[in-house]
Amino acid sequence: MMGWSETLRTAVAALNARRMRSALTMLGILIGIAAVMLTVGLGQGAQAQITDQINSLGSNLISVSPSQSSSGGFRGGGSTVSTLTLQDAEMLADPQIVPDVAAVAPTSSTSGSLQSSETTWTSTVVGTVPEWATVRAREVDTGRFFTQSEVDSSAAVAVIGSETASELFTTGSPVGQSISVNGQSFSIIGVLASEGSSTTSSLDDTVLVPITTFASRLSTSSSANSVSTIYLSGRDTESLSAAYQQVKTALLASHQVTSDSADFTVSTQASLVETATSITGILTLLLGGIAAISLLVGGIGVMNIMLVSVSERVREIGLRKALGATPGVIRRQFLVEAGILGVLGGLIGVGLGFAGAAILTPVLGMTVLISIPATLIALAVSLGIGLVAGVYPAARAAKLAPIDALRSE
Amino acid sequence: MMGMLQMTGVRKTYSTGVVEVEALRGIDLDVDAGDYLAIMGPSGSGKSTLMHIIGCLDVPTAGTYLLDGTDVSSMSEKQLAEVRNRKIGFVFQQFNLLASLTALRNVELPMVYAGVPAAERRERAMLALEKVGLADRVQHRPNELSGGQQQRVSVARALVTDPALILADEPTGNLDSHSTAEILELFEELNESGRTIVMITHEADVGERARHLVHIYDGLLRESVPVATAGASR
Repeated sequence: MMGWSETLRTAVAALNARRMRSALTMLGILIGIAAVMLTVGLGQGAQAQITDQINSLGSNLISVSPSQSSSGGFRGGGSTVSTLTLQDAEMLADPQIVPDVAAVAPTSSTSGSLQSSETTWTSTVVGTVPEWATVRAREVDTGRFFTQSEVDSSAAVAVIGSETASELFTTGSPVGQSISVNGQSFSIIGVLASEGSSTTSSLDDTVLVPITTFASRLSTSSSANSVSTIYLSGRDTESLSAAYQQVKTALLASHQVTSDSADFTVSTQASLVETATSITGILTLLLGGIAAISLLVGGIGVMNIMLVSVSERVREIGLRKALGATPGVIRRQFLVEAGILGVLGGLIGVGLGFAGAAILTPVLGMTVLISIPATLIALAVSLGIGLVAGVYPAARAAKLAPIDALRSE
Repeated sequence: MMGMLQMTGVRKTYSTGVVEVEALRGIDLDVDAGDYLAIMGPSGSGKSTLMHIIGCLDVPTAGTYLLDGTDVSSMSEKQLAEVRNRKIGFVFQQFNLLASLTALRNVELPMVYAGVPAAERRERAMLALEKVGLADRVQHRPNELSGGQQQRVSVARALVTDPALILADEPTGNLDSHSTAEILELFEELNESGRTIVMITHEADVGERARHLVHIYDGLLRESVPVATAGASR
């Protein structure tokens, strides 16, 4: 019986004898594998990026946002009136009602045109309470955050994001300076530490003021009581889902609605990550599926070329059989040839995938994440495609009768 | 002496659609070990079919065929491949060397299928090529060799497994007279050293060089029919 090393040597020699054709056949597999790797890598990169962004919101974060109630105008009256109020926030701060919530920060926000002594800038203005820093896991870089007494006295103070600071003040520290927000004068008491990531720049471009000051001076809402989002932090990661349930139950009870007609949405970081993951997952699957079609076409190319190869080498097959090659040996030889085409195409495709990822990452500004298991799967798939594509041609070669094969010219 | 090849009542029928063609109509043939037999016949006489059955490339429709004491008339394709590998050395009219392989690798080929280790294979192939006078051409590819040289490579390939029978199918059909003489001398030498050779040919002067000569005509063997008569009545 012929050994594996001989079978391999024979197959490589046969492929080498038709170098151009082998290379073109491999190209089909190669492009397919590289395309699948890149699209899946892009999808996973996007997923990682989004997860990252959501995680940077604060690790135990729960947010409650208003949503359109099915009970129509019953609760509100005007479109600018939020279904969430300061009373909701106060209730959620009660440890009797929601024992697993550590801190509550109601926020109201609006777009604000800012003016410093140097220049103007447009940013998001948020009215909130000192707990905001805890809940959102943010720190003050220079100066300080405003205090509860400043909230109680509706002080005209502001804490600004690092990007806002650099836009408004090119020289010197902004702390101590005053800015005008929508025509109202505020003195800057602190600058937030940067979130650090370029993709989360919106987190660094903001102006924070006490929520009472916001309501009396900046709010466009007709109700001074309404808030746009209530942020809460759970005591720890383990009790986050318990806190989520408590918040939801408490709000449903106080708003007198059922979960089907709820006029608010409670979401945790985990639920946001889950949603984002499922969306990018579907996108990845879709793109990967399209790329997989090219892999399939590559596989058909291998089968086609192997069939051509068999009919071209009828005489060689006949001779090999006359010299003692059994049908099994002939079948194995052609299967190994097809397998080599698949694996080699796959290997080069993986190389191309890595190169593509290295080029695309800076060009698109997107992370292309290529995982090792995905690469190994791609290689296994390309070997599988080669072998499957080789089965039929190999069976035809094995079935050739030696006399018919020898007779052909 | 023990019969190397014993055929009794061998028939071969091909059916091509509706027509049945009887290529062999009852062949009885005995070849002793160490014999050198030429089988002659015009085209269409069934000599190719006979060669295929002797060479275990095909099986008879009826009758028995013992090769070196083994009944090969009803073997599976796999078993036949093993018999061809171990017991028969082929020499073809078209040489049938693989163009991409060197002379040495071509001679090694039957031993590859027999599972002979690489080092031993190389050694035996070198010896066989030496025996046919091509020791200085081992690394040449077939297209770098003359027709006579190519046929000597294929004789070396036939010898290398030390087969019970060397089966030559029109071995001189593609050669000039000088190369023909060389190959026939080589066969005579091999026969003198004890090899059993069966040669199929349609050339009378080639056939007459063998120890024994049989004629095949219309699927039957005729010991004494002259070549000229058989050719004329066709």
